[in-house]
Amino acid sequence: MSGWLRQSLQRCGSFLRRELLDQDLDAEMGAHLESAVAENLKHGMSPYEARRQALIQFGGTQHAKENHRDARGIPTLELIFQDLRFALRMLRKNPGFSAIAILTLALGIGANTALFSIVNGVLLNPLPYPQPDRLVAIYGHTQEFKTSSISYPNFLDWQRDNNSFTALAAFRGEDFNLTGMGDAERLTGNMVSATFFSILGVKPSVGRTFTESEDQVGGAPVALISEGLWKRKFSGSPDVVTKSITLNGTLYSIVGVIPGSFHYQQGNFQTKSDLYVPIGQWNEPLFRDRRAAMGTNAVGRLKPGVTLVQATSDMDRAAAHLSEVYPDADKDSGITLMALKENLVGDIRPFLLVLLAAVGFVLLIACANVANLLLARSTGRNREFAIRTALGASPGRVVRQLLTESIVLALAGGALGALLAMWGTQYAIKMLPEALPRAEEIHFDGRVFLFTLVASLLAGVVFGLAPAYKSARSEIRESLKEGGRGGSAARHRTQSVFVAVEMALALVLLVGAGLMIRTLTKLWSVDPGFDAHNVVTFNIASAQPMGATPPATRVALQQLHDAISAVPGVQNVSLTMGSSLMNGDSELPFWLEGEAKPAAQSDMKTALFYIEQPEYLNVMKIPLKRGRFVTATDNENSPAVMVIDERFAKRYFGDKDPIGTHVNLSILNMTVEIVGIVGHVKQWGLDSDDTATIQAQCYLPVPQIPDAFVPLFNRSVNVVVRTSAAPLGAMDSIRHAVQQVNSQIVVSGTATLSSVISDSLAAKRFVMVLLGIFAALALLLSSIGIYGVISYVVGQRTQEIGIRMALGAERSNVLRMVLGQAGKMVILGVVIGILAALAFTRLMASMLFGVSPWDPVTLLGVVVVLSLVSLLACYIPARRATRVDPMIALRYE
Amino acid sequence: MDDSKLDLLQGTLDLMVLQTLVTMGPLHGYGIARRIEQVSGNEVLLNQGTIYASLVRLQQRRWIAAEWGISDNNRKAKFYSITKRGRKQLTQDAAYWQRLSCVMNRVLAMPSQEGKS
Repeated sequence: MSGWLRQSLQRCGSFLRRELLDQDLDAEMGAHLESAVAENLKHGMSPYEARRQALIQFGGTQHAKENHRDARGIPTLELIFQDLRFALRMLRKNPGFSAIAILTLALGIGANTALFSIVNGVLLNPLPYPQPDRLVAIYGHTQEFKTSSISYPNFLDWQRDNNSFTALAAFRGEDFNLTGMGDAERLTGNMVSATFFSILGVKPSVGRTFTESEDQVGGAPVALISEGLWKRKFSGSPDVVTKSITLNGTLYSIVGVIPGSFHYQQGNFQTKSDLYVPIGQWNEPLFRDRRAAMGTNAVGRLKPGVTLVQATSDMDRAAAHLSEVYPDADKDSGITLMALKENLVGDIRPFLLVLLAAVGFVLLIACANVANLLLARSTGRNREFAIRTALGASPGRVVRQLLTESIVLALAGGALGALLAMWGTQYAIKMLPEALPRAEEIHFDGRVFLFTLVASLLAGVVFGLAPAYKSARSEIRESLKEGGRGGSAARHRTQSVFVAVEMALALVLLVGAGLMIRTLTKLWSVDPGFDAHNVVTFNIASAQPMGATPPATRVALQQLHDAISAVPGVQNVSLTMGSSLMNGDSELPFWLEGEAKPAAQSDMKTALFYIEQPEYLNVMKIPLKRGRFVTATDNENSPAVMVIDERFAKRYFGDKDPIGTHVNLSILNMTVEIVGIVGHVKQWGLDSDDTATIQAQCYLPVPQIPDAFVPLFNRSVNVVVRTSAAPLGAMDSIRHAVQQVNSQIVVSGTATLSSVISDSLAAKRFVMVLLGIFAALALLLSSIGIYGVISYVVGQRTQEIGIRMALGAERSNVLRMVLGQAGKMVILGVVIGILAALAFTRLMASMLFGVSPWDPVTLLGVVVVLSLVSLLACYIPARRATRVDPMIALRYE
Repeated sequence: MDDSKLDLLQGTLDLMVLQTLVTMGPLHGYGIARRIEQVSGNEVLLNQGTIYASLVRLQQRRWIAAEWGISDNNRKAKFYSITKRGRKQLTQDAAYWQRLSCVMNRVLAMPSQEGKS
């Protein structure tokens, strides 16, 4: 073994000292020959004959040198270096060709690298926690929802009863008003179980996390703050753990700082969190009601050796037990467990895979283009190869030389592409941050660079192989005889096939992009049931309750409404609670007048509910269909009323008139009378509302919410405002007006309703934009491809065209002839492309809306665009062909 | 060249070089080549140039050592001599060759058994 090692080292050494050793060898061989000549002379030969015989006996000196080098050094490496030197020389000699090839490849490889870095960060990399595959996302399971929020009492029972998890943690997003440190502000926060950070393996950078005793009703008020807030409000001082912070008017002791690197995403967890408080301290009655969920989700860490399947059956058992003990709340409800990573990225995976396929097509097109360039160029080099072969180079040697050239090109393209990708990815992520989970984890790590390297090498081989193979196989004698113009017919054929394939790939991408554009157009033309134009939504919150008693809160809310109404430019205002359009759903179980009260909540009917003020219908421009909407006279002293939407009426009343019917609302414990019917709004988003399980909607007036539930909104409510002009412009006046009523109030979460709708389409738009870019790139590259081939063909046929024209061919004939040749490629490409598109677009079915994967309009449109663009690309060289001067063309040879 | 000359089997040249150096003492490349030609009675087909690949191979295995010196006709030349390891190797290889050639001789001398089956 050591002998082998020593020899390898010696070989490496010889490789590095090869020039010195070559000189040595020359000297030695020189001495050898002289000795031989001297001996021959002694035998009486003439000096000439002596030298001749010596050389004959010696054999080929070059051959001996090669053998010597092979024996002493690393033959493959020396050849590779030789090939590399030659390749670089060839590329330098043709800067135009090299630049175009490298740029084309950089676009292809760059796009692939960029997308792979996204796929790598989002889909491939493990979550950034210790043993992330043991983490499980936990949801409830009801008749309507596969993953629903869970009630806290149920969570506590799961925590106690399961045998599968080392720990479970509950959490829910909750914002707090911070006062006493400069201007009052609204902080984004989360309520979390004491176990939350230990499950995720997060250590506080200062202090500690919560204890079990703090995670109980009556525990001391404690808070953890983010590193950001720590730096902003406490200048990063380590004695922060001796300080307190006033949240919603209560003093909380700070016990620790959560590092800035911590990042969590799941369900209702608020990602950009500045604050954490123990969830178990919250004593809101509805939160303690087993029938209500309050947006709580959970995460757990599996015990070692327990599989997800085992845990699921364990939790099924726990859930079954609860539905026996608490049938009114838990009948027909279960528990859903999902691997945390799957929960996070499962929805985006199909989108990313489609994009990965698309960007792969772009690279193939780029490869085909460069292959064509190489083919065209190799015609000019035919003689070179013929001479090399004649001098004894094997076909394999020629192929290796050409492959080295193409791999050098590909690596250069890859390096440039990686730079483009680094820049492009950052830009893309900034452009659409909401569409992508784990966007902050997208980095250029070793795997991305490895991918780029492998992609470049593969690309180099893919586009280099065909031209190299063709060159190596070309007939030597023919090439030498024809003066380097031979074998071109076969090359036209290969080039045409490449171009047709490019066209086909480009067509598939264009169809994909076209389908996404059609999908978004369709979605934008869907009537959401309301008019989002000039509507703004925001949150108002105060540290102290807005009213000391429920009646006082009702008065305060009305005052806030009136103050906002008085702002110039404001047309209509409504405070709003319950469900929020496209942004959060709340449901109420109920049963109708005349029905017996169902024993279990799961046997009740369910509707989305909205708690509104009278002007809501005008703010949203929702049409009133029958009866009336809630009015100012519907207050706490008048009979309780409810307005329902068309789908509620149709679903639960059919042809009967719902107006005047009474409805019993569970949880709120009140009976209301239906007084009107309004139009349906698309709560669940433009694309999925029609397939949602709960579509019935109802509206309740703000003042009639029972006293017991007023505390839920006496610190914070949402507001919707219709303005006469651009709505964001009125926000400063609105903020001022609100603070005139209550100086403590903080306005936050301002967004136009249009942006809310457009955010709901972010993922689809992300795909549309990227597919659009890839398709445009594909169209550009394939146009360049067909342009290049036709130019080349025209160049090759100049003489022939000259003869034809000399014999009387019209310019239009020549034009038709050249365009006809292009047309053949385009038609072939389009036919293959349509077939491929029909096969591939099926994969996109889940992303489409209102358009079939085989949409004939898109297909036809794309075929027309592609054909026109490619014929245009051919027209330039075709016109050049018609300008051929027969005299010059004929004299040319 | 004469078609009746023997092609050298793989590895045999190395053995011949070692044996030559043992019997002749330090020699330069040309000397080794000539010596092998003479001893073989011009029976082997040897391109003298190929001896150099063999010499570098043997050097890397440390079976021979090389040193610049002055040849008979007063030229600078590289002289090769066998090392201790080279002698050991030669003993082994020579034994091997002898066994092989004995076996080959016996096999080729096998009487014909035609007609007995």
